[in-house]
Amino acid sequence: MSKTLLKVTGLKKSFSIPAGMFEKKKLLKAVHDVSFMIPEGKTFSLVGESGCGKSTTGRLISRLIEPGDGEIWLDGEEISQKKEAQLKGMRKKVQMIFQDPYASLNPRMKVRDIVAEPLTIHTNLSRAERYKQVSEILEVVGLSDYHANRYAHEFSGGQRQRIGIARALIMKPKLIIADEPVSALDVSIQAQILNLLKELQAEFDLTYLFISHDLSVVEHISDHIGVMYLGTIVESGPKEVIFSNPQHPYTKALLSSIPIPDPKLRRERIILQGDLPSPVNPPAGCRFHTRCPVAMDICKGTEPPVKPGETAGHFVSCHLVE
Amino acid sequence: MELSKAVNSSTTIKKEKKYSPLRELLKNWKKQKNALWASLFILLLITVAIIGPFIAPYDPYKPDYNAMLQGPGIDHIAGTDEYGRDIFSRLLFGARISLTVSFLSVFLGAIGGTILGLLSGYFGGWLDRLIMRSSDVMFAFPDILLAIAIVAILGPGLTNVVIAVSIFSIPSFARLVRSSTLEAKETVFVEAAKSMGASHFRIMFQHILPETLGSLIVFISMRIGTAILAASSLSFLGLGASPETPDWGAMLSLGRDYLGTSTHVVMMPGIAIFLTVLAFNIVGDGLRDVLDPKTKNE
Repeated sequence: MSKTLLKVTGLKKSFSIPAGMFEKKKLLKAVHDVSFMIPEGKTFSLVGESGCGKSTTGRLISRLIEPGDGEIWLDGEEISQKKEAQLKGMRKKVQMIFQDPYASLNPRMKVRDIVAEPLTIHTNLSRAERYKQVSEILEVVGLSDYHANRYAHEFSGGQRQRIGIARALIMKPKLIIADEPVSALDVSIQAQILNLLKELQAEFDLTYLFISHDLSVVEHISDHIGVMYLGTIVESGPKEVIFSNPQHPYTKALLSSIPIPDPKLRRERIILQGDLPSPVNPPAGCRFHTRCPVAMDICKGTEPPVKPGETAGHFVSCHLVE
Repeated sequence: MELSKAVNSSTTIKKEKKYSPLRELLKNWKKQKNALWASLFILLLITVAIIGPFIAPYDPYKPDYNAMLQGPGIDHIAGTDEYGRDIFSRLLFGARISLTVSFLSVFLGAIGGTILGLLSGYFGGWLDRLIMRSSDVMFAFPDILLAIAIVAILGPGLTNVVIAVSIFSIPSFARLVRSSTLEAKETVFVEAAKSMGASHFRIMFQHILPETLGSLIVFISMRIGTAILAASSLSFLGLGASPETPDWGAMLSLGRDYLGTSTHVVMMPGIAIFLTVLAFNIVGDGLRDVLDPKTKNE
């Protein structure tokens, strides 16, 4: 088994939300006790509906948001409590790809300066050396050197995301946190970008933390999957296990929502009742019990412990699982 | 076959023009008719400020007691003042003083205000509150009163006028830049820069400042008009340029004793101030239409 690159244990984050003059200050528990690990060179995906805290988890790990509690071990180093000044090393190892390739590239900078920015920040290379690396990395992501002298808005969505990927790659990072990198793109372009990410992973031995709400995308790219609901991981495990033998009722419901590309086939869909409860006031006991089709009495009072499943690396938090 | 030929030829004819922000700016600028004229006027004014002393027909300081308070005529295009000095020559010299004072003071005020606004908007917290409450205190004074107070402390003279006008420009620039900073701070590319480990300095000046430049340039051009007015007012009140200097405000001040008999002595510098301030305001309006993304597509 390969070495663990990222290990997260008991990660928590609450945001205080502004209250009225006479109200008690409220806390929005965005991430509540999240733990997982990613072996080097593998892809771990966080899936869940919007507002479940998956993006916040990504931003906590990249230290864009201050973690509240818990530990983040990156390459054998605890980074959750370090000050920004001590994070230089971590900033080189972790790069991000963002959801919206239209907003994540500065519209007033040329592509070569956008892609070279990590080098400008972290190295003392001369301008010519930086630009040389830029043109090399642009070739790697399927663009050409002549694209470098243009502005980001002259490109299509897919090309822009390639620019974003080039920027993330240029520091030769170990971990790439990809926050919904394809959900703003057309389906045909999605496939290109996903395949590019896979090729790059093989070529540069990259580790991905992949955040998505789209299960078919996740199935394509992941090795391991963590299913998030309301700030917690309810089930995690190898991709094959999650897709073929899901244990948690929420995972089952999610999987049943994937459309089948054959009109003659019908899948029995599990339709969840109600809306996602507010993370300001999450349900007691199991967080899913308000919408769970098979909820029992115990679910309302006791939070289910994390139990190992039948396969190695498979974990479920549900009272139904023995 | 024919079709593909046609398609090919049409694509080759239209040569791809490279995008550049400056080219787009110039293209849009040509559509602003008023602002175009106003900017030409300002260009003329700047030229005059530079070469004025060489083309002036008379020495602006030399009295001519044979030609006192003459109306506009062939010898003196704009007439003469109470000491017989040629008003047209004095206006030409005055253009240099007015423009230098206003450009310098607005420039200094813009630099100070931009830095304070960036710090205030970017870091927030107690620094933001300190800077913004201090500006509120300064906003509570009428501009000219504040400038008078500063000149009263520092003493009269053109240098102190520059300092006074730049100080009272700082809060408005700070507030403007702060609001654009608050907006720019939330963009994803700023978040991306943070995730790369960019320093605060780099984020502020590489990513946020360019976002504020549009509204900053508009405000600078508007503010130059105000600064000319303020500097002239201070000179008019005897707090700026000394009376013999060919400053437009000082000329107004001298001429007010002859308002009833020789109107041209105040009219000429008055018109110069009026046209200059108007030109800068029109240019500011035009620039806003061209640069400000919020009004761009309306």
